Amino acid sequence: MIEVKDFTVSYGESEVVHQVGFKAGQGEIVAVLGRNGMGKSTLFKSLIGILPSKAGSLKVDNQELAGMPSHQRVRRGLAYVPQGRMVFPTLTVLENVMTGLRDRRSEVPEEIYSLFPVLAEMKRRKAGNLSGGQQQQLVIARALVTNPKVLLLDEPTEGIQPSIIKDLARLLVEIKRLRGLTIVVSEQVLSFALDVADRLLVIDRGQIVDEMTRDQADAAVLGRYLSV
Amino acid sequence: MDGMTLSEIGSLLVMQGFNGLSFFSVLLLMALGLAIIFGQMGVINMAHGEFLTIGAYTTYLLSVVATDYAPWFMNFYFIAAIFVGFIVAFIVGYLVEWSMIRHLYRRPLDSLLATWGLSLIMQQAFRSTFGPKEVSATLPDWLMGSYAPTDTIDIPLNGLFVMGLTLLLTGAVALLIFRSRWGLHVRATTQNRAMSGAVGIDTAKVDRLTFALGCGIAGVAGAAFTTIGSTGPTSGSLYIVDTFLVVVFGGAQSLLGTIASAFSIAQAQSTLEFFMTGSMAKVLTLLTIIGILMLRPEGLFRMRVRK
Repeated sequence: MIEVKDFTVSYGESEVVHQVGFKAGQGEIVAVLGRNGMGKSTLFKSLIGILPSKAGSLKVDNQELAGMPSHQRVRRGLAYVPQGRMVFPTLTVLENVMTGLRDRRSEVPEEIYSLFPVLAEMKRRKAGNLSGGQQQQLVIARALVTNPKVLLLDEPTEGIQPSIIKDLARLLVEIKRLRGLTIVVSEQVLSFALDVADRLLVIDRGQIVDEMTRDQADAAVLGRYLSV
Repeated sequence: MDGMTLSEIGSLLVMQGFNGLSFFSVLLLMALGLAIIFGQMGVINMAHGEFLTIGAYTTYLLSVVATDYAPWFMNFYFIAAIFVGFIVAFIVGYLVEWSMIRHLYRRPLDSLLATWGLSLIMQQAFRSTFGPKEVSATLPDWLMGSYAPTDTIDIPLNGLFVMGLTLLLTGAVALLIFRSRWGLHVRATTQNRAMSGAVGIDTAKVDRLTFALGCGIAGVAGAAFTTIGSTGPTSGSLYIVDTFLVVVFGGAQSLLGTIASAFSIAQAQSTLEFFMTGSMAKVLTLLTIIGILMLRPEGLFRMRVRK
């Protein structure tokens, strides 16, 4: 469903992501694990087109997306939930979700409210006044209304209460089951990654250095990559 | 003010206040366009005044057509001029954005210079086409004359008409921004451009439409302007400084702020002009604005949310 090959990103002269390649099939959740500064966010920003990629290919559903502006990637089935959530703070919750709708006449589907009941309650509130966990649900909803085939989530657990992280994991698995979509999630929290992911990739200094299924995952080995 | 009765002074104040309202109308229409363009893409359009001039000359041309070739058209041409002025300014704005502005989005200083250059080019184009002398559109009869509620108060009809038009257009812009899908996209892009793209909004298209719409509104301001002044190549540029003041004073992203600040600046100007010379009135207005901006750097109104 998503196929990334030799993907390279640089800030000016300094290359930050080196020839990254991975695949994820339909209905699969892949976690990209790595410490701060290893290039996770840079990779994700570049996949959605906020940062330009220097070389390599990105295919979603066999369509080449590298080089396209963000909105065209979204139209071809890629969706993005950024680190730090990035709601539109002065828009209401409903308006935030509606920014993801393309058809002028379409409404927010009921399914969204059954997945995220709290959003239905807070429809008219300004998104900037929601708690971190509520904002996280809002941006996932905003990404889902674009009907993606592949959902990118950049460190969704950052700044979220530990008690809510479990709920978030359940939610992602539920979304995958309902929609049959592919989810690529970057993470530092190992327990969360093991809860959601079918497969784990380890990113270190801008390169994928290890890959394993969840059953093969060895917490001790992975912990070494994640500890400072 | 010797020899005036209290009621005469009262009447003068009402009329002067009303003059302020006409000034307020044109200023508000100009500021609306400038504010949505600045809010959306951070471009300060120095050529915004010239789009007013486009609307004004369009109105003049239509009035010439009406008086010379189609007298039956005389009563309606002004209504048509409002629409045609909008369309012409919209199209020119669209082309300007496409050919020039979009290449300068990440370079605010360059865009300032480029739009200033554009303003000079447009002024010269007007001068070459229409000549340096000011021209006046012949107003239809129903815009002439005045409404006199008492013996000493005379309120010109053209002023009333311009005000009505301004209210209508401001309402329409507010509706567009707060109720339409385009308005939603504008507000999203204003807050976070990169993220707007990443939820699927074609921000380049939104930019172009917004710029063109801002210019179109200035075109309508130009049509309105012909009822209260005569049109020359630099008519619009005379308004640009005041318009900037309105936008900065009101707080760049607030429609309500723009309205309030256009109102207070226009009223202050025209009321003070009655008591002192025009330039002293301007000095006093400017000093007051500077004082207020030092206390409230973000302008009169700003959005408050948790960051």
